[in-house]
Amino acid sequence: MISENEGSVNKRNEPWRQELRSRLKAKERSLIARVKMPEVDADERSKSTVEVNIGLNAEIARREASRCLDCVNPACIEGCPVGIDIPRFVKYIEAGEFLNAARTLKETNSLPAVCGRVCPQEIQCEAKCIYAEKMNKEPVAIGHLERFAADFEQQSGKIHIPEITGKNNLKVAVIGSGPAGLSAAGDLVKMGYNVKVFEALHELGGVLKYGIPEFRLPNSIVDVEIESLKKMGVEFETNIVIGKTLTFEDLKNEGYKAFFVGSGAGLPNFMNIPGEDYNGILSSNEYLTRVNLMGASQSDYDTPVLKGKHVAVIGGGNTAMDSVRTAKRLGAERAMIIYRRSFDEMPARKEEIKHAKKEGIEFLNLHNPIKYNADKDGRVSSAILQKMELGEPDSSGRRRPVPIPDSEFEIAVDLVIVSVGVSPNPLIPQSLSELNTTRWGTISVDEEYLQSNISGLFAGGDIVRGGATVILAMGDGRKAAAGIHKYLQNGFGK
Amino acid sequence: MNRIVEKINLSELVVKLSIEAPEIAKKRKAGHFVIVKIGKKGERIPLTISQADEHSGTITLIIQKVGTTSHKLAALEPGDHVTDLVGPLGHATHIENKGTILCAGGGVGIAPLLPIVEALKEAGNKIILVLGARSKDLIILEDEIRKVSDEVVIMTDDGSYGQKGLITKGMEDVIMKNRIDLAYAIGPAIMMKYCSLLTKKHAIPTIASLNTIMVDGTGMCGACRVTVGNKTRFVCVDGPEFNAHEVDFDELLMRLGAYKEEEYSSFKEYSQAIK
Repeated sequence: MISENEGSVNKRNEPWRQELRSRLKAKERSLIARVKMPEVDADERSKSTVEVNIGLNAEIARREASRCLDCVNPACIEGCPVGIDIPRFVKYIEAGEFLNAARTLKETNSLPAVCGRVCPQEIQCEAKCIYAEKMNKEPVAIGHLERFAADFEQQSGKIHIPEITGKNNLKVAVIGSGPAGLSAAGDLVKMGYNVKVFEALHELGGVLKYGIPEFRLPNSIVDVEIESLKKMGVEFETNIVIGKTLTFEDLKNEGYKAFFVGSGAGLPNFMNIPGEDYNGILSSNEYLTRVNLMGASQSDYDTPVLKGKHVAVIGGGNTAMDSVRTAKRLGAERAMIIYRRSFDEMPARKEEIKHAKKEGIEFLNLHNPIKYNADKDGRVSSAILQKMELGEPDSSGRRRPVPIPDSEFEIAVDLVIVSVGVSPNPLIPQSLSELNTTRWGTISVDEEYLQSNISGLFAGGDIVRGGATVILAMGDGRKAAAGIHKYLQNGFGK
Repeated sequence: MNRIVEKINLSELVVKLSIEAPEIAKKRKAGHFVIVKIGKKGERIPLTISQADEHSGTITLIIQKVGTTSHKLAALEPGDHVTDLVGPLGHATHIENKGTILCAGGGVGIAPLLPIVEALKEAGNKIILVLGARSKDLIILEDEIRKVSDEVVIMTDDGSYGQKGLITKGMEDVIMKNRIDLAYAIGPAIMMKYCSLLTKKHAIPTIASLNTIMVDGTGMCGACRVTVGNKTRFVCVDGPEFNAHEVDFDELLMRLGAYKEEEYSSFKEYSQAIK
């Protein structure tokens, strides 16, 4: 992406940027305190699906944007998996040109309103911000600003649809409409390809719809972003399982020249402990799908969901946080995280943990379930937990949890949501025996362009990574789009 | 797409729908299932494909009216559309010439059994079929079954048709008289459990096709998990057919009841709403 960085340096010297920089001294900028994202009151929000973060208003956003020093060598861009020209979009916000800010985002990011909400900026762009890296200060709130610009554009009714020039009439198929697929589709359509996205479910959006709850990412936000892709010419078809309804052979016969597989995470992992198959014990994928995709918490939808008074969510990732906060919203008296390590090792975003705590979520850290008991109908009634302590670091670099002998005790639970990771979706590898996979079942790809051993078949997101974040999946989508472009422009050879 | 082209009431509770689904009709093999969803607010349920006609591009689903979604589906008429239909899902039945095969179909389980029997027959097997149901009016697809079977035994709980008695009695009679190389059991979980116990006693390898609760049906949610040979397996992507002797049927029966209360209240609401 060298050319883009050079581009961002040139754009830094445009007169409006120079003028903007001269308005305030760096010292003055650095004295402004970082904005705090306004939130809906914890009591109120934990009874509804209202979005927790309210968003910034224009005045506050401009002030936050003015903290950015518009560095000569902006490290923040390196921290962004999709390479957004961060200083430029931030400076447009400072200048009050919010639509231009949104356009800048969309140059490299197909889903800015999504990323502004769910990206772990604190370990990406914001971690690289000069304030954080060199000045021991809080970084510019890049994520909040991204959301502000994207929301401003969505609400303005003046959504910018990039003009597609130079259609090349080559067909590319994208498998899966989650973040990886949408991001690949967005880039490919801009490069002039005829792109069609095939989705197995009845709704578009993948994990953005079935996984991430409404209170963190409203479905309407995702729909607007998908609508923009449609306007750019991306075609979508739901209820198609590639490898089943249509095979890769079928797609080739229909003229598709290259493929991007973003079929996502699949089978939930369980812990294989006694009693784990009792009723009322389910995966976070199932629980969240029922509520988010199938509308199970609303009485006029047919899909049911089990409600619990005492809900235990096993795990410490973002999916665990989403599940436990959903359980709270569905009326749980006790909604608990049971996690075998401590807060320091918890993989969930700090913001989500903070929100969860405010909403009254209990954290039983350094605890691990070892057995479940059930009532006479087979519904889970209690969990036996073992206390843990931290030992030496393991291969992941995190301190290994070690059971404390004779520390077991029983707690009453009537709903248990197991959120201890997923294995890749097996459908595509099952349908393509010649496709190379790793011993975990993920698709093997080359690092540079994410091409598999099958020429013209690229893959990214959780089907390659096993279980990662929305933005890493989107970064993969972009990388693979570049790979597909190179592949198709270089005469179809590997 | 997904237009209903024909509807036949097989009994008061069982409906046969032919639905336009050309891609699925082309791809489906014996043993495959589809997921259907009725209306924007409907739920996703799995249904085995009973028959398919590649030429006319239709698949046939047999629906027993038990809960909200099956009633909604059965209420559709020719010309109506199934909102969402996706498939074919699951692994197809492994078909080979094994010799003499005993197939046990309980109630509406006869519908998913039919394409398997057709394929097994075509592969050269001798087919002995035992159909079981509570009473005569619940025996479906008898003519179609007879066409592809060498021998058919019918058992009803009340003796209103065929012989009186449970399906396992009919099976045991067949086992006594014939050397059986392989057995299939498809029907309610409780029936498959007892069929499996019987064939285990006689050391006859047996395959059961499991019909569990599913949500996505594509290997994502894990609602369909079962224990087979002490391992967690997923019916939607590992099944739906498994070695019956290794299936933990008691757990399966328990798990099928997971949403009993919710299903009951949903159906009560639905029944009141259509009155």
